[in-house]
Amino acid sequence: MATKIKARKKGNVYEILVLAQHPMETGTRKDKKTKKVVPAHYIQTLDFAINGKNVANVGMGTGVSKNPLVGIRVAGAKSGDKIKVSWKDNKGETGGAESTIK
Amino acid sequence: MKRRTFLKGTVASSALVVAAGAGLLKSGQVLAAGRNAAAFDAKDVAAASKAAFGSDGTASKDIKIKAPLQAENGAVVPVKIETSLADVKSIAIMVAKNPTPLATTVDFSGASVGYYSTRVKMGKTSDIVVYVNSGGKILKAHATVKVTVGGCGG
Repeated sequence: MATKIKARKKGNVYEILVLAQHPMETGTRKDKKTKKVVPAHYIQTLDFAINGKNVANVGMGTGVSKNPLVGIRVAGAKSGDKIKVSWKDNKGETGGAESTIK
Repeated sequence: MKRRTFLKGTVASSALVVAAGAGLLKSGQVLAAGRNAAAFDAKDVAAASKAAFGSDGTASKDIKIKAPLQAENGAVVPVKIETSLADVKSIAIMVAKNPTPLATTVDFSGASVGYYSTRVKMGKTSDIVVYVNSGGKILKAHATVKVTVGGCGG
C-alpha cells in the first residue's frame, strides 16, 4: 500500500501532506455480496519526523476516511530537510515513506 | 520505639508520593504516546474527552474549524483545524454522533504550528467537536456538518 508525501511552503511554514492508501475498515460494515461483516482494519498511528526528529504523532480511530489524507504544518523546516512518515495499523501492518523538502 | 514507627511511617508515605508522582506522569503521557485506546473506544464525546484530556474543556473562539456546511458524501468529509492559540500540544477531532466519536488526534512536539487537516467519516448530520490542548489548557469548538443521505442535496 503506497504512501505519498507532499510538502509545500505556506508563508513561513511548511505544510506536510501525507496520503496513505488504506481501506480503513470500521469493523461494522457488511459486505454487500457475502453479507458478512468486514473485519476492522485501520491505521492506528501515523508519525512524522523531520531530519530524524519526531515532530507529530497522529492517532486514528475508525472515524477517519478511507485512504487518509493528513496534513500538518511545521515551523523551522527548510529546503533539504528530510521528512519521514510511518504508520501502523490494528493488524500490525506498517508502512511509510520518506521525502526531501524541495 | 515510637521514633522507629514514626520513621517507618515517613518512609512509607514518601514511597507513596513517588509512586503517585510516577502515576501522574504516566497518565499525562498517554496521549503523548500517540494513541489513547480508551479515548478511541469511548462511546460519547464527554467520555472520549475525559479519557483523552481528563476534562471536558472550555469553549474557545480561537479554534477555527474549516468543514463543509453540507457534505454530500459522509464517508469523506474534509476537516481543517487552525488555531492561533499558543503552545498547541495536541488536537483531537470528534464526530459527536458517530458510534465512537473520537476520529483522530495529533500530538505535536517542537516546531509544529496549530494546524491539522484530515478527512473523517460521518454517519449522519452531526457536530464536529474539536479539542485543543494549549499549554495544558483544554479548549474546544464545534461546527455542524449536514450529511445528505441519498445525495439529493436537501
